[in-house]
Amino acid sequence: MPGAGVPVSAKTGASAAQAGDLPGADGAAAGPVAGAQRTAPAAVALEPWARVETALALLAVDPAGLKGLWLRARAGPLRDRVTLALSAIPLPARRLHPGIEDQALFGGLDLAATLAGGVAARTTGLLADPAALVLAMAERCPPGLAARLGAALDAPGHSLIALDEGDADEALPPGLADRLALFVDLEGLGWGDSQPVVPDLARLSAARAALPQVELPPDAAETLARVAATLGIASLRAPTLALAAARAGAALAGRSAVTDDDLRLACDLVYAHRALPAAAEAEPPPAEDTPPEDTLPDNLPPEPQDSDRFPEEMLVEAARAALPADLLARLAAARAARVAKGATGSGAAKAGNRRGRPLPSRAGRLGSGQRIDLVATLRAAAPWQPLRRAQAALAAGLDAGQSGGVADLSHPLSPRSPSTLPALLLRPSDIRLKRFMEMSDRVLIFAVDASGSSAMARLAETKGAVELLLAQAYARRDHVALLAFRGRAAELILPPTRSLVQTKRRLAGLPGGGATPLAHGLQMALAVGQQARARGLTPTIALMTDGRGNIALDGTANRAQAEADALQLARVIGAARLPALVIDTASRPQPALQTLARALGGTYLALPRADAHRMAVALSGALGG
Amino acid sequence: MTQPFPFAAIVGQEAMKQAMVLTAVDPGIGGVLVFGDRGTGKSTAVRALAALLPPITAVEGCPVNSARPDDCPDWAHVTSRKLVSRPTPVIDLPLGVTEDRVVGALDIERALTRGEKAFEPGLLARANRGYLYIDEVNLLEDHIVDLLLDVAQSGENVVEREGLSIRHAARFVLVGSGNPEEGELRPQLLDRFGLSVEVASPRDIDTRVEVIKRRDAYENDREAFLKKWLKGDAALRKAILAARVALPGLKTPNTVLHDCAALCIALGSDGLRGELTLLRTARALAAFEGAAVVGRAHLRAVAAMALSHRLRRDPLDEAGSGARVARVLAEVLP
Repeated sequence: MPGAGVPVSAKTGASAAQAGDLPGADGAAAGPVAGAQRTAPAAVALEPWARVETALALLAVDPAGLKGLWLRARAGPLRDRVTLALSAIPLPARRLHPGIEDQALFGGLDLAATLAGGVAARTTGLLADPAALVLAMAERCPPGLAARLGAALDAPGHSLIALDEGDADEALPPGLADRLALFVDLEGLGWGDSQPVVPDLARLSAARAALPQVELPPDAAETLARVAATLGIASLRAPTLALAAARAGAALAGRSAVTDDDLRLACDLVYAHRALPAAAEAEPPPAEDTPPEDTLPDNLPPEPQDSDRFPEEMLVEAARAALPADLLARLAAARAARVAKGATGSGAAKAGNRRGRPLPSRAGRLGSGQRIDLVATLRAAAPWQPLRRAQAALAAGLDAGQSGGVADLSHPLSPRSPSTLPALLLRPSDIRLKRFMEMSDRVLIFAVDASGSSAMARLAETKGAVELLLAQAYARRDHVALLAFRGRAAELILPPTRSLVQTKRRLAGLPGGGATPLAHGLQMALAVGQQARARGLTPTIALMTDGRGNIALDGTANRAQAEADALQLARVIGAARLPALVIDTASRPQPALQTLARALGGTYLALPRADAHRMAVALSGALGG
Repeated sequence: MTQPFPFAAIVGQEAMKQAMVLTAVDPGIGGVLVFGDRGTGKSTAVRALAALLPPITAVEGCPVNSARPDDCPDWAHVTSRKLVSRPTPVIDLPLGVTEDRVVGALDIERALTRGEKAFEPGLLARANRGYLYIDEVNLLEDHIVDLLLDVAQSGENVVEREGLSIRHAARFVLVGSGNPEEGELRPQLLDRFGLSVEVASPRDIDTRVEVIKRRDAYENDREAFLKKWLKGDAALRKAILAARVALPGLKTPNTVLHDCAALCIALGSDGLRGELTLLRTARALAAFEGAAVVGRAHLRAVAAMALSHRLRRDPLDEAGSGARVARVLAEVLP
């Protein structure tokens, strides 16, 4: 997985894509190898809009085999053109949204009909039979829904069209992205580039009929596997899907066997967006996310050097040429951002009594914005129904037209008349209200002095303390962020995360040395803290340093100005009510740091010669952990 | 239900397959955790396992798959005393599942239509004597994890809510899978898994090609493919059944016990669960391989999967716990 540097480059990349349109990478791909090709014409990447149309046609030929389409585009007329063409898919269309409930997906008891009829009535779920599932706002799809949809896609039949409107930092959950064969990005395409998509229904259905008879050349699977490995695609779903795409391509072209052209098309449509960005691929193998422990024989990844195999080389180029260069970087950035968000995204919780971890509902009155727990209410009322019915019948018999004190809150489906009693007799005491408990996650922001005066050993201890705290963080729902300041700037080494794997990787390469830009460190700690707070986390800043700052905010080496800046920022942090902790790691306690701690409104801890364990213990104690 | 991908046809991932087979030999080992990359066949293996497992005998109509009529819980009102053969339950526990669905709740249908207070069993009841599979287990919400921890330890599900007071047996093998990049697993839950294996995408081309070819054959020519591979599944099932029979008669020499203890001490694993699981797994392996006596080779083969997730985390150790186990193994059991 690409490292921390990606998001920045992604932003610049995105703007570049808007300025210049899709680069003429086709020529680059075709150039060197065109002459040596055996049978097929030169590998010319498809025109962007033709690519979209081909993807749609393939999906219409084999929706279940390709599993679906990831459509990255903002809502607008251009996207409507694409979604309109989805009607060619021979499956009933079903619309889903990220907040959809299990009952809608899998079916369940139909409360209204059950109450009205007095007999259990069930609804059928959207996943009950094969369908083209259209997931709107797919970038906000919660992990739970992604897991369910993933399982549904693993069984044959369904096809998912994920409409992703995400920005650079949002993307389709990786588990779903991995399962969908096709990817289309409409960014950079204008209305003028597009034409109405008119599906050729006769051709599509002919292709569908021909699909089972399409034959595979014996080396097709191997070629696709090799290309995937060369592009750094780890998942084995990709080659399987590419094979299905190649088959569909051949059927669409009216061929009885898969040719090199079909393979090229498959690589273009299925592999292009999965490939690691070229920059990341250029690095040595550890791009693999496997933990170091490996039970497999420790083979190095396949050498992408069989340059005598032209078709393969060309397929790789085709995949590479298919998408704007910066797109891969952007996708990687979105993936990284998603990973950095940590576990369930539970930290994103907002205030209010409408969400969070559910508590048992309690009896109460409606109103004041409370939500009724319908099911619990019905449960409370259910056991009393026979008794109440008898009572009500009695009352109705005695006093026709009056309900005899029965506070009947029943639904409008049952007309109130003495002869037909409502299906359900509710009393106010049955009402149950929903309650939620919300626990905001804490994020510990470590601002670490990595300057020359902080010896390298000290830095190592700090890294150790961060990892120890994170290792214990589960019980306390803590996230950890780490920023280091040295030289003339501060750097966010680790965005708030709970992943120990990620932390280890990021911490491994933390450099040290240089001056002490304390003010920069505080400035960034403030920014990170406020971002975290906006996401619903509770930030706490832990500043670890051994002395006074000597670089002012404007970058000059002016000690007096530097101190003034640091104090000023400390006051701002104090005013923003970000809890803070100053850990003095100098061999002798520094009065300047005590002053700083006071300005921060935080705690001051002197920890000379602290090792990782002592530091972690002291921190836990100071934080009331 | 279509026939899932056959277990025997899964290419590579030997550690994962072995761990699953061993829990089938001895369910007491207590579950498998599979951590690794996407698209490495984690869920395929679990679904294949469901079809591979030998059927169980259970009382007809019993919601918790009781083996004897006397074991049926009172609340289920099971009248039949007939025993029927059922496939071993492999129950999916989806992310975002509600507490009600997991532990069971008041049966609304009966409450609404008949005005009766009755218990509707949840996933834990259905998983009794079988497997409970959690995909993306590291993303499971904390309160569901708490529930599972409690039940996995006691083997009994106790429901005290909505005026219901119900208890039933819930002994199951927990199988979890996930991707560590997306979040870690709580250590308490980690400890509940008997075995843990890490899977990675195969790195050599031939293996990858074979995976794709088999998958393609499965998708496009299912009948022929199943015919070819279901024999392998049947042989494996037979071997599991034979191992179950052989397990009680297996001899465990004192030296092996000694080795277990020495290994765990050297690794500094917490508690005694490490030793117990190690021994049980080694016994299951010996039975599966048809050996009469548990030997050092068996211990060596299963040490990594039984112990690697029980070690204290050493944040400054870059190598990972699997490598630590291997290192200590080389020192203690030369």
